[in-house]
Amino acid sequence: MAWLDSLSPQTQFVFFTLLKIACVLGPLLTLVAYAVLAERKVSALIQDRVGPNRVNLPLIGSIPVIGPFLTKLGFWHPLVDGVKSFIKEDFTPAHVRKIYFWLAPAIALVPAFLVVAVIPFGSTLGAQKMVIADLNVGILYTFGIVSLGVYGIVLAGYAANSKFPFLGGIRASAQMISYEIAMGMSVIPVFLVVGDLNLGKIIEHQAQNGWNAFPVFGGGFSAQSLLLIPCGVISFVIFFISALAETNRLPFDMAESESELVSGYHTEYSSMKFGMFFIGEYANMFAGAAMMTTLFLGGWTLPFLGLDVPPADGEWFKGLLHIGIFMGKMLAFMFIFMWIRWMLPRFRYDQLMDLGWRRMIPLALANIILTAAVLALTNR
Amino acid sequence: MIVKRNELTWFERLYLPALIGGLKVTTRHFLNTLTTKTPVTQQYPEEPTRVLPGYRGAPYLVRDQDGATKCVSCQLCEFVCPPKAIRITPPGPTGQPADRTNAEKMPEEFEINMLRCIFCGLCQEVCPEEAIFLKSDFSLTGLARSEMIYDKEKLLALGGTHPGIQKWKHKLDEAKEQETFPVKA
Ligand code: SF4
Ligand code: SF4
Repeated sequence: MAWLDSLSPQTQFVFFTLLKIACVLGPLLTLVAYAVLAERKVSALIQDRVGPNRVNLPLIGSIPVIGPFLTKLGFWHPLVDGVKSFIKEDFTPAHVRKIYFWLAPAIALVPAFLVVAVIPFGSTLGAQKMVIADLNVGILYTFGIVSLGVYGIVLAGYAANSKFPFLGGIRASAQMISYEIAMGMSVIPVFLVVGDLNLGKIIEHQAQNGWNAFPVFGGGFSAQSLLLIPCGVISFVIFFISALAETNRLPFDMAESESELVSGYHTEYSSMKFGMFFIGEYANMFAGAAMMTTLFLGGWTLPFLGLDVPPADGEWFKGLLHIGIFMGKMLAFMFIFMWIRWMLPRFRYDQLMDLGWRRMIPLALANIILTAAVLALTNR
Repeated sequence: MIVKRNELTWFERLYLPALIGGLKVTTRHFLNTLTTKTPVTQQYPEEPTRVLPGYRGAPYLVRDQDGATKCVSCQLCEFVCPPKAIRITPPGPTGQPADRTNAEKMPEEFEINMLRCIFCGLCQEVCPEEAIFLKSDFSLTGLARSEMIYDKEKLLALGGTHPGIQKWKHKLDEAKEQETFPVKA
């Protein structure tokens, strides 16, 4: 690695950042593809079906045991789905507003990936921190970017220039804007407790004082940690529900609601443009899961076996293990997202707004005051 | 009927009972499907499907117990067919006579366009000779539109014989007996 050391610090920084971007984006896209498969499999199992089990690759399929097993698992379906969405006819209806029609899928896709930039997906590998951009205001950046996501959907609804997408777009904007408030307020207690906006610092704090969602591990019991449990749980629940609403997942998928609006804002889209909405939606789910992991479940740490401190020099394995832990937590959240989809029916639109404005926002506000009171009384 | 809507209790309004109920149902189904491996899915091309009696598949012409064409080219089915899927060429005065007794003619050509057919079963219902039946075939494929127009030979081959329904079997004997009047006691 002599040639690396010979570079100037700036060039090194650029090099490593580009490397990290590649290392995050590649797996993220793969994960998105396989999340779609997992979604299909999970829903199949819940509905007593078998799910996708057809695609067979010529060479690998003929390996005994493994080949048929992978086929049964539907392992190659994401591959074929991807190819399919590329070679399908990309149809542009005559009545759409062309510029926005082309712009919307990109606008829906980009924010989902930008959010991932600030998430610490591991501790350190060598001298490198496992986060693409170690921002001081990580969380503010996240909220800023996440709120851009709604533009993609609203634009798609407007561009399509027909009823169902338009309704979908309207619903999405109202829903996402109102739940963003609840979401933003639900994390304020976290910052009150941690006292920093940097996501890396938040994880560090959780390693020492226990996870924010349930602050008992790590720091051990004290009057403060016990009193903070309800605050953490409430924040977490509100954030989780808002995350469902922000990512347009059931029971809050008002923007799509297949049974009412055909398929909502992307009704008029086909081929890869539709594919981009799809990828965007799943990437958003991953971003949400990653945020929850980071903010509430201690990120890449586990409170035992010394896994809560960054690895010392040369402990490559531990560094990789940390990435694994982060992935594990994130995937668990994804699984819960998928499960919830089949558990709860869709909310009615007014119920959704009611829940957002009259339940979650007051609760989030009360929680801020509660947390502040606890912190003030226990003398921090 | 007026459905009584009970006010939700505060507990129900927390959405918790719904959540727990949903979790129970989904978990049960998930585990059942995962462990007992008896999903309801029918693996279609590998597993043959079960077609229930009364199923209306493709309409085919049938032969009688002696292997003769039952259709007498009356063209009622052609007339009744809503999408006009049937086209019959009658033999005309000089054409081939029927290959069975009790019939004057049989169609020279009988075509059903399976792409037009809506499997309504009206042809079967209207046929006075019980010569056309909707069988259980449902997966009709072809590489060209022309392949999907089934001609008389194909329809008769696919339909097979129908010895079960023998409308004319005893008519001939009865007619003969009529000729040797007075009827035996
Ligand atoms: S089933 Fe109906 S549509 Fe088909 S040939 Fe008979 S009458 Fe025509
Ligand atoms: S199939 Fe029956 S209804 Fe149709 S032409 Fe022949 S005898 Fe007449």
